[in-house]
Amino acid sequence: MQRTVFRSWWLPYVLVFPQMAVTMIFFFWPALKSLQLSLYRVSPFGDSMTFVGLGNFTKLLADPEYYRSVVNSLVFAAGVTVLAVAGALVLAALATQKIRGLAAYRTLLLWPYGIAPPVAGIIFLFIFHPTYGVLPYFLSFVTAYEFNWLLKGWVALTLVIAATAWTHLGYNIAFFIAGLLAIPGAVMEAADVDGAGPVRRFRSIVFPLVSPITFYLVVLNMVFAFFESFGVIDAVTKGGPGDATMIMVYKLYKDGFIGLNLGSSGAQSVILMALVIGLTMLQFRFAEKKVTYR
Amino acid sequence: MSAVGAGQLERVRVVEVAAPRKKPFPSNAVVIHALLFACIAVVAFPLYYAFVISTQDIQEVVQRPPRLIPSSHLLENYAQAWRKAHMGRMLLNSLVMAVAVAVGKIVISMLSAFAIVYFDFRGRMLCFWTIFVTLMLPVPVRLMSTYEVVGTLGWINTYQGLAIPLMASATATFLFRQFYLTIPNELAEAAQLDGAGPIRFLFQFLLPLSWANIAALFVVLFIFGWNQYLWPLLITNTEAMRTVVIGLEELIPRTGTELPTWNLIMAGAMMALLPPVAIIIFMQRWFVKGLIESEK
Amino acid sequence: MPRTKTVWRSITGAVALSALVALAPSPASAKTEIQFWHAMTGQLGDATNELVRQFNESQSEYEVKPLRKGTYPETLTAAIAAYRQRQAPNIVQVFEAGTQTMMLSGAVHPVYQLFKEQEIAMDWKDFIAPVVGYYSKDGNLYSMPFNSSTPIFYYNKDVFQKAGLDPAKPPQTWKQVEEYSKKIIASGAAKCGFSTGWPSWTMVENMHAWHDQPFATRRNGFDGLDVQLLINKEFGVKHVSQLAAWQKDNVYSYGGRTGTADPKFVNGECAMYIQSSALIGGFTRGVKFAWGSGQLPHWGPPYAKATSIIGGATLWIMKGKPANENRGTAKFLKFISETNQQMWWHVTTGYLAISNSAVKNLEAGYHFKKNPDQWTAFAQLTRGKATANSQGLRLGNFVQIRDVIESELENIFAGKKTAKQGLDDAVAKSNDLLKEFAAANKQ
Repeated sequence: MQRTVFRSWWLPYVLVFPQMAVTMIFFFWPALKSLQLSLYRVSPFGDSMTFVGLGNFTKLLADPEYYRSVVNSLVFAAGVTVLAVAGALVLAALATQKIRGLAAYRTLLLWPYGIAPPVAGIIFLFIFHPTYGVLPYFLSFVTAYEFNWLLKGWVALTLVIAATAWTHLGYNIAFFIAGLLAIPGAVMEAADVDGAGPVRRFRSIVFPLVSPITFYLVVLNMVFAFFESFGVIDAVTKGGPGDATMIMVYKLYKDGFIGLNLGSSGAQSVILMALVIGLTMLQFRFAEKKVTYR
Repeated sequence: MSAVGAGQLERVRVVEVAAPRKKPFPSNAVVIHALLFACIAVVAFPLYYAFVISTQDIQEVVQRPPRLIPSSHLLENYAQAWRKAHMGRMLLNSLVMAVAVAVGKIVISMLSAFAIVYFDFRGRMLCFWTIFVTLMLPVPVRLMSTYEVVGTLGWINTYQGLAIPLMASATATFLFRQFYLTIPNELAEAAQLDGAGPIRFLFQFLLPLSWANIAALFVVLFIFGWNQYLWPLLITNTEAMRTVVIGLEELIPRTGTELPTWNLIMAGAMMALLPPVAIIIFMQRWFVKGLIESEK
Repeated sequence: MPRTKTVWRSITGAVALSALVALAPSPASAKTEIQFWHAMTGQLGDATNELVRQFNESQSEYEVKPLRKGTYPETLTAAIAAYRQRQAPNIVQVFEAGTQTMMLSGAVHPVYQLFKEQEIAMDWKDFIAPVVGYYSKDGNLYSMPFNSSTPIFYYNKDVFQKAGLDPAKPPQTWKQVEEYSKKIIASGAAKCGFSTGWPSWTMVENMHAWHDQPFATRRNGFDGLDVQLLINKEFGVKHVSQLAAWQKDNVYSYGGRTGTADPKFVNGECAMYIQSSALIGGFTRGVKFAWGSGQLPHWGPPYAKATSIIGGATLWIMKGKPANENRGTAKFLKFISETNQQMWWHVTTGYLAISNSAVKNLEAGYHFKKNPDQWTAFAQLTRGKATANSQGLRLGNFVQIRDVIESELENIFAGKKTAKQGLDDAVAKSNDLLKEFAAANKQ
């Protein structure tokens, strides 16, 4: 599509300069440094650096712990995405029915988005606490099974997934509400006339119509859960018990920051960077398709 | 929106002439309200419970069965948490950082997206891909090296050091670019015919159209900036520069030799989450509008 | 356009505000500032600040500025990052697991050297042996002990009474612990027998030392960097598999790492608890029932009884600081090691007093008679028979090693691996880490 453009030989450079400068200095330069570190064995205080080539990488790829962290990351991201997107869609669909109080409901559903993941983690930690927590207390009346997240990996994973999904809900609901409201009323009426019940209506009309939004949110939530979930894990489980909640980002932090193994941490950064680039290319392909889709 | 929708619309036009519209059953409404209420209760429970804990004293916190109604120690808990974690200064720091990140990012993204969409210059695609590649690379990945860079610039323990590295990723640029692409060509043509230069076009024509986007981005970026933990922890050296999310962690004893005072911790948590949540609640109308428009 | 104007106004406002705050002048001080980074929170943080305040008020040349930089690992990482930028603090509190890393780093100014340079006299012989031994190389002290503790055995006297046990007699052997636990559970006085904090420190490191068993080769790492762990030998497997078996009938109840299990004891859920002696202060203030302490349980013959090892942290001095700051640092260290400050610190926080004179004074003031629990810790450390296995650990990458051990312990207690399997895996991974450390620190 031929766009109308402005002519100036100097102005565009001036306009992009701030963004490029910040990105170059605070993104590419550190990224290159991480790349460099990944090829060395570095002593913690930085006073000795030995070139080891791809040694750090081969070590990582041969480490079952690393693969477990990849699996954990996938499970975590999938869990958060399913919960946050499906939950959001259901809630948004309910809120946009022909009932009063949409604005109020929307307010009540959006706000958890503002809560910092570590803060959400701390609150959930307290609720799930094996000794003080209100949830194990009430569950103890239902079953004798001990929901001790300190020992049972799946309970810990559920905890962090729930806390993270909780904070994502608001954002997803905002999208879905807007998307659902954009469906022409006439379409819904046609379905009514057809005699379609609310469930069938949802399945065959509403769902396909919001599928672009759903897809966008699924990708966004997955990437977010994959990478930005560091705060929750750090505030609550710190990768435990065992390594049940050790996700890739947390392992990178742990090896680099706590273990002071900058070489391995650098290698993990490089692998993660490659993953992000791949995922964002995927997202871009999808987004471009949507634009011409219209 | 899609082929399916168009098809339905066709059918509607035919049907409307034939039959009158039916209203949904009123009983449906009750069910829906009930479901929504239940869901909201579940979603709101953690926050409600945190609030309840923040009003109790430590004996009531450990009591069995747990008390689920607020108690009377609200003021003293909040005052103590405020004092212990130096909340006043921290809230200010968080505010400055969050606003700086939000405003800064919006400004530079808008300018660069404008350049990429409305100019044809050498290196345009390179700029675009360079910026694009930074989408959502998490901070922990580039943490140590970014710290070294910031140190070289002499920005450790400063507001610039806190805020500017957080502006390096390109989510906002991408969103603005998408938005600008949906603006019809005619507008730019008209402006050029008018004799308007690019800068005037930006401020007189594009900016007024972008407010919804800007508002939405402001909310997202403010929350992003406010809720940062790891970067501020590393980059600040003095109590005077720390942010509120760190202050909260301060209330939780981690050396394992102290018993946590959960009521103070929850009071701190409430103070840490109130501003971003308030921003969402106040700006939610524009937030929702802007998200969808920029998303298109 | 009114809206655009408002936006510009707010933007300029925000920028101006940040500029204003950033440029706000800090009060000028003629005193030399000493930056002190630590990881103390809550009441310990308050006590640290108070100690610093006492120093600052006792003289007018120097001002120590304490800053809580994060948790122990965060503080260490921050110090390293800052050091690489030549912005390191003067004093850094590093936990005992970071000792080897600090010692071999070339970034520290050993304490004994600092005092020699500043020509300030210090009676090194006055410090209690286990503490000094841990942090010395070739007889010279590298870092200043600050908050040292050792694990002891706590028990709920009320529960003992209810279960028909003598509240004045804590169990001495592990067999007794089992016996008492079963009795307590049967009587319903408590839900579980005992729990532990810092599982690797209490149940693996200290148990080996207490029973005169080597934790690692090369005298637990003191003699060289080519070290391997020995925790998967007969003793380690015996003790850990017993814990796993006890976990099944609630004789033992695992409560997480660091101090996460503290509530189990404080709540009365578990009748007995093994944790740092530094908790004495917190328990005195926060626990509602009558409680007492005893020495760590022992398996008895064929194992000898040695001593326990210390935990906690010390103060390390960073290299490359100007002479006048070093002088202030030395004066601060001297201040906190004086008898009066030692006594105050011990009484306020519960951490051990590290000089013999301080201990003697405390004894003279009947402090230990009034606080017999503090004596427990002290006696356990100093009155036993110190052997090569009980002087402490000096291992590189020890933070990660501890993590590996605790991770495998969790697998064992959850029933995913047998004790032998878990310990074997822990040893394999740890040996790897040790090899890496040796390679990265080729001397």
